Amino acid sequence: MDMIGMAIKIAILIAYAIIGTCVGLLFMGIGRKIIARVHNRVGPPFYQNFIDVAKLLSKKTNISHGWIFDLALLFSISGILLTLLFLPIGGAQLLSMDGDAFLVLYLLAIPALGFALGAGASGNPNAGVGVMRALVMMLSYELPFVITLIALMIYYDTTSLATIVKMQSIDGIKSWAITMPPFMIAAFAADMALQGMLMEQPFDIPVAPHEIASGPMVEFGGKYLGSLMLYKAIALVAETTLFVDLFLGGGVVMHSGVMAAIINFFVWLGLIFLLFVLSILIAASFPRFRIEQAFGFYWKYEAIIAAISLIWVYIMVIK
Amino acid sequence: MGLHNGDKMMRYEEWSKLARKASKKSLWMVHFCTGCGAVEMPPVMTSRYDAERFGITSMATPRQADVLLITGYLTVKTLRRVIQVYEQMQSPKYVIAFGSCTINGGMYWDSYNTIKHLEKYIPVDLYIAGCMPRPEGIINAFIKLMKLIDEGKARGWEKYQKYYDRYKENQRRVFNFEIKEEQKEEKNEEH
Ligand code: SF4
Repeated sequence: MDMIGMAIKIAILIAYAIIGTCVGLLFMGIGRKIIARVHNRVGPPFYQNFIDVAKLLSKKTNISHGWIFDLALLFSISGILLTLLFLPIGGAQLLSMDGDAFLVLYLLAIPALGFALGAGASGNPNAGVGVMRALVMMLSYELPFVITLIALMIYYDTTSLATIVKMQSIDGIKSWAITMPPFMIAAFAADMALQGMLMEQPFDIPVAPHEIASGPMVEFGGKYLGSLMLYKAIALVAETTLFVDLFLGGGVVMHSGVMAAIINFFVWLGLIFLLFVLSILIAASFPRFRIEQAFGFYWKYEAIIAAISLIWVYIMVIK
Repeated sequence: MGLHNGDKMMRYEEWSKLARKASKKSLWMVHFCTGCGAVEMPPVMTSRYDAERFGITSMATPRQADVLLITGYLTVKTLRRVIQVYEQMQSPKYVIAFGSCTINGGMYWDSYNTIKHLEKYIPVDLYIAGCMPRPEGIINAFIKLMKLIDEGKARGWEKYQKYYDRYKENQRRVFNFEIKEEQKEEKNEEH
């Protein structure tokens, strides 16, 4: 019995990884197409990113810079997969516990640290600059994000993502957090934080291909770069899912039954797609910030917006 | 005992065919803008000619790139850097030489410090003639390169591995010449 349960869990884990990468790569391809249309270009086909990954994984030489460099990939991919397991997807959550809303934040930091290791091992100065910038970016967008998270936690009186999702799905769309005025502004702050998490413009400071030659990824080539692209695809899904879980009820519109699970899945897919398109459109229309501008943006304006919503929620709860 | 040798070869052939199909549709280039040709790259990449619809994008570093695009003449000093860049790339890798300067020296045919035939120093898969070639020419060259890759004919990187000693020999010859010239100049200054 235990063995079967284990096997099922492993199968689900693999399914998660495959769904995550496929959805992520598809989104990235569509994102490139959208940016191309904004530039008045034709753009690559929507399946371009699958081809790119296949090509990278079939490269004949793959230069490594020592075992720490290899570990970086392990860190980033395993970290992001673990995050995905803790996130409710269409209401279905594989692992859960009290306080997993905090845990997810920590787990999301693992890949960045893995990057830092790998970039350090490669010894390229550009990579070092990129990692510094990535860590500063993390420091800046996490402040408004955590404040909005705390507001949600106070309102729903829980630290578990599953409960937050459940409370929001009681009444369908009407009970989504984003329908309440204090959380509307919180959602704005969180969406800007999401833009930084996804490293899209104006916050693509850590990679900045024209400034520091794609930052931490400078020395990654061949299969290493291919795996990084896979990581990026899963990360895209995980980060947008986090937002959907916090503000859009995790995409849960129906309860109980197989049909409901399927519909919830597709609603979730549609919601993260909308979020992604939003962030792509922002990316296509803004140039890159400098690092101190981004820092100022998050800590001055975003943090204040998030704090207002926090106070508002607090007053609501006390009443 | 596993597969027979013949089967293995067949498998390998099929895999490499698939790999070639993928790599032809996603050519990432690093353009080494040396000569005048660099001005032709922005229109190729941006809205007017939009190379991205063929899966061609420019990459920031040689480690990530598949195609090395050399736009124009190379002085001996730049050649050294080009070779460094080429050797940092991960195979399979391809070289497109751009403009008549790389073919036979072009209008620098009698210059003392440019190299005349790029092919002597690194394996070139494809030349684009013209001084300078227009964006249509560049895209045409890329499509030709895709065809070559598909047929398995773009094997410059294998050639470089196989005849490494000869390429190095040629490279050393020009570099030594450069070093000698520098020493001569230093001596002249001293006197
Ligand atoms: S071929 Fe013509 S355009 Fe190109 S580098 Fe030489 S002189 Fe310049």
